[in-house]
Amino acid sequence: MTSQTIGPRPSVMRRILPQLVILAVALALNVAVFPEFFEIDFRNGRLFGNLIDVLNRGAPVALLCIGMTLVIATKGIDLSVGAVMAIAGAVAASVVVDGHGWGTALLAALAAGGLCGLWNGLLVAVLRIQPIVATLVLMVAGRGIAQLVTEGKILTFDNPGLIHLGAGTVAGVPTPILIWLALGALVTFVVRKTALGMLIEAIGINERSSRLAGINSRVLLVCVYLVSGLCAALAGVIVAADIKGADANNAGLWLELDAILAVVIGGNSLLGGRFSIIASLIGALIIQSVNSVILLSGLPPEFNLVIKALLILGILVIQSPRIGNYIYLLKASGPQPEPDAPASRPTKEETAR
Amino acid sequence: MIRSTHLPLLITLATFVLAYALCASAYPAMLSLRVVANLLTDNAFLGIAAVGMTFVILSGGIDLSIGSVIAFTGVFLAVILRETSMHPLAAFALVLLLTTAFGTAMGATIHYLEMPPFIVTLAGMFLARGAAYVLSTESVPITHEFYDTLQGLYWKVDGARFRLIGGLMVLTFIVGALVAHRTRFGQNVYALGGGEQAAKLMGVPVARTTIGIYAVSGGLAGLSGIVFSLYTSAGYSLATVGVELDAIAAVVIGGTLLTGGYGFVAGTFFGILIMGLIQTYIVFDGTLSSWWTKIVIGSLLFAFILLQKGLTWAAKKRAAQARMRTATGSAALS
Amino acid sequence: MTDTHTPDAPVLHARGISKFFPGTIALDDVELRLMPGEVHALLGENGAGKSTLIKCLTGAYRRDAGTLLMDGQEIHPVSTADSQRLGIGTVYQEVNLLPNLTVAENLFLGRQPMRGGFIARRRMNEEARAVLAGYGLRIDPAEPLTAYSVAIQQVIAIARAVEMSGKVLILDEPTASLDHDEVQLLFDVIRQVKARGLAVVFITHFLDQVFAISDRATVLRNGRVVGECLLAEMTQRDVVTMMLGRQLEARTKARDVGPAGKTLVEIDDLGKRGMMAPFSLNIREGEVVGLAGLLGSGRTETANLIFGVEPADQGRIALRGQDISIKNPRDAVAHRFALCPEDRKIDGIVGDLSVRDNIILALQARQGWMRPIPRAKVEEIARSYVRALDIRLASLDMPIRLLSGGNQQKALLARWLATNPAFLILDEPTRGIDVGAHAEIITLIEQLRADGMALLVASSELEELVAYSTRVVVLRDRQQVRELTGDQITPDNIINAIATEEVA
Repeated sequence: MTSQTIGPRPSVMRRILPQLVILAVALALNVAVFPEFFEIDFRNGRLFGNLIDVLNRGAPVALLCIGMTLVIATKGIDLSVGAVMAIAGAVAASVVVDGHGWGTALLAALAAGGLCGLWNGLLVAVLRIQPIVATLVLMVAGRGIAQLVTEGKILTFDNPGLIHLGAGTVAGVPTPILIWLALGALVTFVVRKTALGMLIEAIGINERSSRLAGINSRVLLVCVYLVSGLCAALAGVIVAADIKGADANNAGLWLELDAILAVVIGGNSLLGGRFSIIASLIGALIIQSVNSVILLSGLPPEFNLVIKALLILGILVIQSPRIGNYIYLLKASGPQPEPDAPASRPTKEETAR
Repeated sequence: MIRSTHLPLLITLATFVLAYALCASAYPAMLSLRVVANLLTDNAFLGIAAVGMTFVILSGGIDLSIGSVIAFTGVFLAVILRETSMHPLAAFALVLLLTTAFGTAMGATIHYLEMPPFIVTLAGMFLARGAAYVLSTESVPITHEFYDTLQGLYWKVDGARFRLIGGLMVLTFIVGALVAHRTRFGQNVYALGGGEQAAKLMGVPVARTTIGIYAVSGGLAGLSGIVFSLYTSAGYSLATVGVELDAIAAVVIGGTLLTGGYGFVAGTFFGILIMGLIQTYIVFDGTLSSWWTKIVIGSLLFAFILLQKGLTWAAKKRAAQARMRTATGSAALS
Repeated sequence: MTDTHTPDAPVLHARGISKFFPGTIALDDVELRLMPGEVHALLGENGAGKSTLIKCLTGAYRRDAGTLLMDGQEIHPVSTADSQRLGIGTVYQEVNLLPNLTVAENLFLGRQPMRGGFIARRRMNEEARAVLAGYGLRIDPAEPLTAYSVAIQQVIAIARAVEMSGKVLILDEPTASLDHDEVQLLFDVIRQVKARGLAVVFITHFLDQVFAISDRATVLRNGRVVGECLLAEMTQRDVVTMMLGRQLEARTKARDVGPAGKTLVEIDDLGKRGMMAPFSLNIREGEVVGLAGLLGSGRTETANLIFGVEPADQGRIALRGQDISIKNPRDAVAHRFALCPEDRKIDGIVGDLSVRDNIILALQARQGWMRPIPRAKVEEIARSYVRALDIRLASLDMPIRLLSGGNQQKALLARWLATNPAFLILDEPTRGIDVGAHAEIITLIEQLRADGMALLVASSELEELVAYSTRVVVLRDRQQVRELTGDQITPDNIINAIATEEVA
């Protein structure tokens, strides 16, 4: 797949190897606490099994992290995706409650999510507000808007078409799995088969240089936030369909943080630049596998957050520029590493200018 | 002459006065001292946490962990008072020590690992919330006579009760303002927000200041947790979710630049009052739904972000023009 | 020349200072003696080692060899804050104060007057007022720093450095963005500092200023001391000869200017308020127009306006007689313009992308994201330019930030040559690169001109401009002041064109 891409990178396998190893460890832990973890049954025209559950339950975060990966690659961040999920779910529910079909509902939800993404994109690209601040606005106000749509209730529905998106199956495979796999493949394909991926990376690494090289950074920035909004909308519809109702207060609550976490676990730098959607998706699966271990081991689910926090801390330490320099020095200077890195000092000073 | 750096603070004040006038014209009852007293009591925990957030944001950072730290503090107090015979004052001291140490650890991670505060405090958020869960997933009521004593303390004026926790908030703001504007630590916080590189060249102890800032934020979140447990008489691990967002909103509405360097602790006080006022108005109205609070606060946040953007832009433009004037001025001389 | 009689012992004596960077010797056995109550100019061309030496003195770099003696005692500053405590204060070209604090807060940061555990603000403001009055500034210290001009900010920075350090004051290009009157203001301050018995190190590109204020000079070339001298005994020409290491006349070679082609780009009254006075310029095919001027004279601004980096608010640009509109770099690229910017790190390279991606970036941007350049083509383009420009690299896959300055510059040239430009703007193409690459880039410019390309080259290196320009436009204070053609193009004439205005 890589052989045809623009800006060929040193093999996808090597890039995602660390993530695969972590995933393997997480899955092995699952097996350790629950030996039948990998067993998959086919009953009533549907696949059942813990592995399927991991793939299915991981769908919302997987969808979010597709858009989030692109946003973070441009040195941005989208804090609003959780709130956008709530808005999209509310819109979809209210449309079917009004008697329209599931197709209309899906389109309306996507339009709402797209609008939110556009808003974020315009704040970031045109008004030049830093992403964390710009998307904070919608993060704060978004749930209010969702409640406005649902009028404060949990809006339940029984439209089979819409429910199918969250709880149904296609050829025995739960629909959410197919949706995130398809979208992940589609977006990866588009950014790597065209020059989009390289241009996005260029913006994230050095926007000024990219603009001077003739890249239309403004439009590209708006686009990545738009994609993020659309991904969030899709995730919101799936979550709403799964519980057959739109819960403006709790739908997608704190999922923006899980999505960011997935991207970070995927080895993508929060400082922008090189990205891998596949690695982010594996990151999402890692998070879900960890959730699964806790669930299966009978550990109280309370430990979930603590483990997540430790996971972030571990990754922080690995990604830290300081530690990176230190490891580099260890490798470079052999037996006698210079502890205070004199060689790295001038470069640090210069980049800070 | 009004100094340009005071402009956002003045706009916050004007917003507050205008909002209060609007509220009062709709519901004259809102002018009563009782409403003012309740405003202070109901927002006490948020206000105290927002003081810490002000320091963090002034330095150009962010602290996402405070909501979780408040919840942890509440649960910790409730569990310890239930399980042991420790006096609440000792428990307070212990929990303040814990939360300050927690903030210190986050600050050290941010400084020494050179990682963005956003992600480090995100981990802190998970950790503190998780720790609260581990202690107890249920709401634990606090029944201790010392709590009753503290809750019974108030200063009565014209039927309005100014309670202890409201007073504590005001005190925190006064101390916070003094520290920010009248101590070397405070000045160093502003210096960091103005530019870390320049601050370092000017001899600001960057490590000590950064760690100190997050220690203050952690400690104040702990204090806020104590106040919250006094306010609710319980500790619940699911409480105060998203308080960090409210605190950030209050700081920004209070006129502090989210990118750091500019702002006042006093501004945050009025930011808190403005947000409290919106809630009070909705309660008074009765027909408006609670979600309007979020939408109005979001809109205010947006308005203030735009305002700051505009002011920064205008200042840059002025500076550029001043440069050009001196340049062409000398050319005219020749 | 080196052995001038000195009445006092030096305040700061740097002996045998050496500093190595991978592949280069930045400083080789350098000696610097700073006398109390003297202004000591540190002179040298770009890359001579001035700033490296300063960084070694202030502890920003660790020296690899040599000793620093302060009043005869050996010192080892490990950071700028440390050197400040030891008595060495530094003021840089871009003011290093905090824009969000008041004047007094900046002046007293870290050593505020205290009373009862709190900062005594009123006393701080009063003291600040008194300190600044000592430097001839009567301003309100409670105002934010940004309320005052760059010159006044510069004086405040000097005041802070002197108050805190008190033995040595290093001024690194403090006058670069100041006008004539502001320079005089700064000189008055420097004289007062000198009168207090401090040793002042003065670094600047402006020789007039060197002679106006300095007593003594140390001249560096290629990381070595060429000589130390008393300026009263020297002429400007002597100093320039020391800096360049050769007689100027010898370098003004006869240029073989081929016949220039048709007019390619016509610029009429292009300008932007607050940035650049309107200017006009015609450039023909097969012509190199040089842009000369001091730092801040408007060279980079000219290039940026033409390329749409900053959209102009007046004037017009025509290409081959047709009016075109350039609102952003994208428009410029679409019209086959190209710009190699002055600041490679900030405006040029995309550091973490591979050399290959960096080379095709502009071409790909012009084609649009929908039409990716096929991999084989990319490889071919990248390889051909790596070969043609002799870019030294381990692999096309390596991030461009790992290349040396000269190779980064060549890769950026490759990026633009790959777009097959009709009009190439080069802003300081040889700044901060090694001698070999320097010569290659000059050869390349001459070759591109011979092939019929139109070039606009901004440079602060007069020798270089003289070597390749068919015309030279001289800028000062963001205005065009002179155009030199043919035999008029000599370093002396360019300096005169810049200096006549300067003195007036």
